[in-house]
Amino acid sequence: MSKAQDTMLYLDGVSVAFDGFKAINNLSIIVRPTEMLAIIGPNGAGKTTMMDIITGKTRPDAGDVMFDGRTDLTKLDEAAIANLGIGRKFQKPTVFESHTVWHNLEMALRKPRGIFATLFYTASDDDVARITEILETVRLLHRKDELAANLSHGQKQWLEIGMLVAQDPKLLLVDEPVAGMTDSETEETAKLLREIAQTRSVVVVEHDMSFVRELGSRVVCLAEGAVLAEGTLDQVSANPVVIERYLGR
Amino acid sequence: MLTQALFRALDKKAIWVIGILLAVAIFVPMANLLIPPGQFGHVPTYLVSLLGKYLSYAILALALDLVWGYCGILSLGHSAFFALGGYAMGMYLMRQIGTRGVYGNPTLPDFMVFLNWKELPWYWMGFDNFWFAMAMVVLVPGLLAFIFGFFAFRSRVTGVYLSIITQAMTFALLLAFFRNDMGFGGNNGLTDFKDILGAPVQAQSTRVVLFAATAIALALSVLVCSMIVNSKLGKVMVAVRDAESRTRFIGYRVEYVKLFAFTVSAIMAGIAGALYVPQVGIINPGEFEPGNSIEVVIWTAVGGRGTLIGPIIGAIVVNLGKSWFTSALPEFWLFALGALFIFVTLFLPKGIVGLWKQLFGNRRKAEPAAPTPTQSADIERGEDPSTFDNPQPRPAE
Repeated sequence: MSKAQDTMLYLDGVSVAFDGFKAINNLSIIVRPTEMLAIIGPNGAGKTTMMDIITGKTRPDAGDVMFDGRTDLTKLDEAAIANLGIGRKFQKPTVFESHTVWHNLEMALRKPRGIFATLFYTASDDDVARITEILETVRLLHRKDELAANLSHGQKQWLEIGMLVAQDPKLLLVDEPVAGMTDSETEETAKLLREIAQTRSVVVVEHDMSFVRELGSRVVCLAEGAVLAEGTLDQVSANPVVIERYLGR
Repeated sequence: MLTQALFRALDKKAIWVIGILLAVAIFVPMANLLIPPGQFGHVPTYLVSLLGKYLSYAILALALDLVWGYCGILSLGHSAFFALGGYAMGMYLMRQIGTRGVYGNPTLPDFMVFLNWKELPWYWMGFDNFWFAMAMVVLVPGLLAFIFGFFAFRSRVTGVYLSIITQAMTFALLLAFFRNDMGFGGNNGLTDFKDILGAPVQAQSTRVVLFAATAIALALSVLVCSMIVNSKLGKVMVAVRDAESRTRFIGYRVEYVKLFAFTVSAIMAGIAGALYVPQVGIINPGEFEPGNSIEVVIWTAVGGRGTLIGPIIGAIVVNLGKSWFTSALPEFWLFALGALFIFVTLFLPKGIVGLWKQLFGNRRKAEPAAPTPTQSADIERGEDPSTFDNPQPRPAE
């Protein structure tokens, strides 16, 4: 318990197996408040499974998962964890395609999530201002009334990041945010995430090394469900084990 | 708070539909009562009752659309809620018969006397009171849906599995209500009704009032559904339909959203059943028939799911077809129904309303390729089959 103090996310000795295959094997990771952490690693290293565990989709077989130094995430379901302040962006952009960009954000906006609160919800001036602000940040203001289905792949990624911001989480889990983005979009995304990380903790999973370099954060390399190496990007990419098992391939 | 929600509910489309229904509630009875028979424009009483029956089906279809079209829950057991509401009304009507039954027993309905029962079972108590019976019309289907939904949605039963257990639910009720020991008249059900609120059920004036009540109930259902689907909760419902787990990850309790939609829908179905029974004069276990629930799905699909007007049109059109077919070519009706369903699924995934939009509503940019066959968001975007105005920002924005 004491070890989890002053951490935003604390994973200790976490293991999970699917049909005997250990997807996560004794994984320990710490993320501090307002820290950005980039996670790299080969396919099947357990990056997405790790996110599933943190967000309550998968229950670990063993280990501790603590949020904000005190909340045991292994006992909660997805909605409860989301409402604690953990936002997740998926690898494949998943926005609500039959809703407009605006309504996607309105739904994500941090507001009471109860049935009747939602039924009688009317956007206040503050809410409108907040959504407009987020739309400006993710550069979708000119498309606010369009269905999310009509957005390009990169725009969907941005909308999803916008929804994440609208949730106002303490911890953001971002899975491959720049897949399918152009170089300039990638650069903008790195800037945006760095900005977000000034007030919140951000965990980014990414394959794009130049993007990870732009994030300029601490890097953890996962392989076979455990931490292979940890440090700055230069330290990690100079690590002979990492080169052999990930970068060299 | 409520006024804002009401204001939001009354978008152009809803105003149109509700307006038409209220006009129907006034003009059909007038055409029946004021225009003498034989003269142009007279609506015969049997037709008034037939139309009333269609409108009660329309409420049922609208109820199904709320859970299926908007929330993605394909219930194949909605007739169960309809029948339960119908039975609650039937029990009231049975208690009104009094000494006019064949056996002349002042409290016991005929079938109980026939079964040699000595006193009224506890669950028949209170049904002589109209308002108690009306409360049961709402409570029994609502409670069943709440309990059923609570366990099903909490266990995350979705898709075809949920459809199967809803079908099992209505089948179980069918078997239960067939039993004489259940005390609901067994195979024969409840019939031979005499009075409703003191007025003879068969009288022309009563039939006209029942028709008007059904049309008004449908208008109110449209209002309630419009209020729900135009709210943020309605958007969350569509989100659940399209991307359930994503909705969970932004913090909504999907199981509660579904439970709310399912319960409201069951209550609407129960009210529809209660309006149906006095107009057709009988309720029997056949109403629990699994096939009935599937027919409701077909009405909704034909009209256009994920729209508020679609299920109403579908229920009326398909049942008009049924009335014609079953008198002209009775043995072919089921084939025609099956063919219709296949045709609609293959060629008109958005039903009649979708076809209408395609033909006359091409004012908007090309439809996006959506992952699901329904595009219920369309309904909120001001694409009204009856009004072709441009989308208007709603007051909430």
